[in-house]
Amino acid sequence: MDWMKISSAIFLGMMIVLLLPRAKAIMSNTPEAKPGDWNSAILPLLAVAGLIALLMAFAR
Amino acid sequence: MATPYVLSRSGQSVLATNKLIRNTYTLLSMTLLFSALMAGLSMAVRVGPGAYLACTIGAFALIWLVLPRTANSASGIGVVFAITGLLGFSLGPILTMFLKMPGGAQTIMMALGGTGVIFLGLSGYALTTKRDFSFMGGFLFVGMLVVLGASLLNIFFAMPAASLAISAAVVMLMSGFILFDTGRIVNGGETNYVLATVSLYMSIFNIFISLLNLLGAARDE
Repeated sequence: MDWMKISSAIFLGMMIVLLLPRAKAIMSNTPEAKPGDWNSAILPLLAVAGLIALLMAFAR
Repeated sequence: MATPYVLSRSGQSVLATNKLIRNTYTLLSMTLLFSALMAGLSMAVRVGPGAYLACTIGAFALIWLVLPRTANSASGIGVVFAITGLLGFSLGPILTMFLKMPGGAQTIMMALGGTGVIFLGLSGYALTTKRDFSFMGGFLFVGMLVVLGASLLNIFFAMPAASLAISAAVVMLMSGFILFDTGRIVNGGETNYVLATVSLYMSIFNIFISLLNLLGAARDE
């Protein structure tokens, strides 16, 4: 295993350690979704998924 | 006679939000241009693949250690340019590798165009609907931790299918972050344009890298 892989692994491990407390704090402070909230987020994200599929089809 | 005061406060809040949006998007466009210049420079001087990792680590060190202390001062703008410059410079070896492949320039242009369409579409959607997407916060941060964990495992197992799945997940997560961050800007959850710029820039950067990976793999097929 070369030094690039080891450095990348250490970097990603540090990112997880640094992000974990922040993620915990955000999870406990995240407000409850109201009816229709998820729909308003999922529809544009589905459009993004469709665009990616289209771009990958063009790239082939 | 509380109404005029309430109206005045509301008017001030709208003005402050509009100013925040204008400052954020101005700084974001400037940093994207600067990033592109730095990417061009790193391609011209032909830096090695190690530069990608070194610049990325340097940029994240600035984000974690320096940005929180300088975000409320004028020096915060310099730190944003340092972060985006380093990340732009880190793109050089990747872009050089793609340009050596057949049809690599088209793949880069498609990834760039796709990133632009995703960012403008989602940001425009969040700005016009003015919806609050803060309910997505927990989901997005947990998703990011899962993706980081999967990326860490994939360094050791090196599975191409897993790499593609991670890239697809990153594009979807970062798209969610664009909605989340823009919603926070519009609804007063974020009042600092330096921090707002860095958040949006990181989403755009990650979408571009992941789209390059996905489109490169599709072309290889």
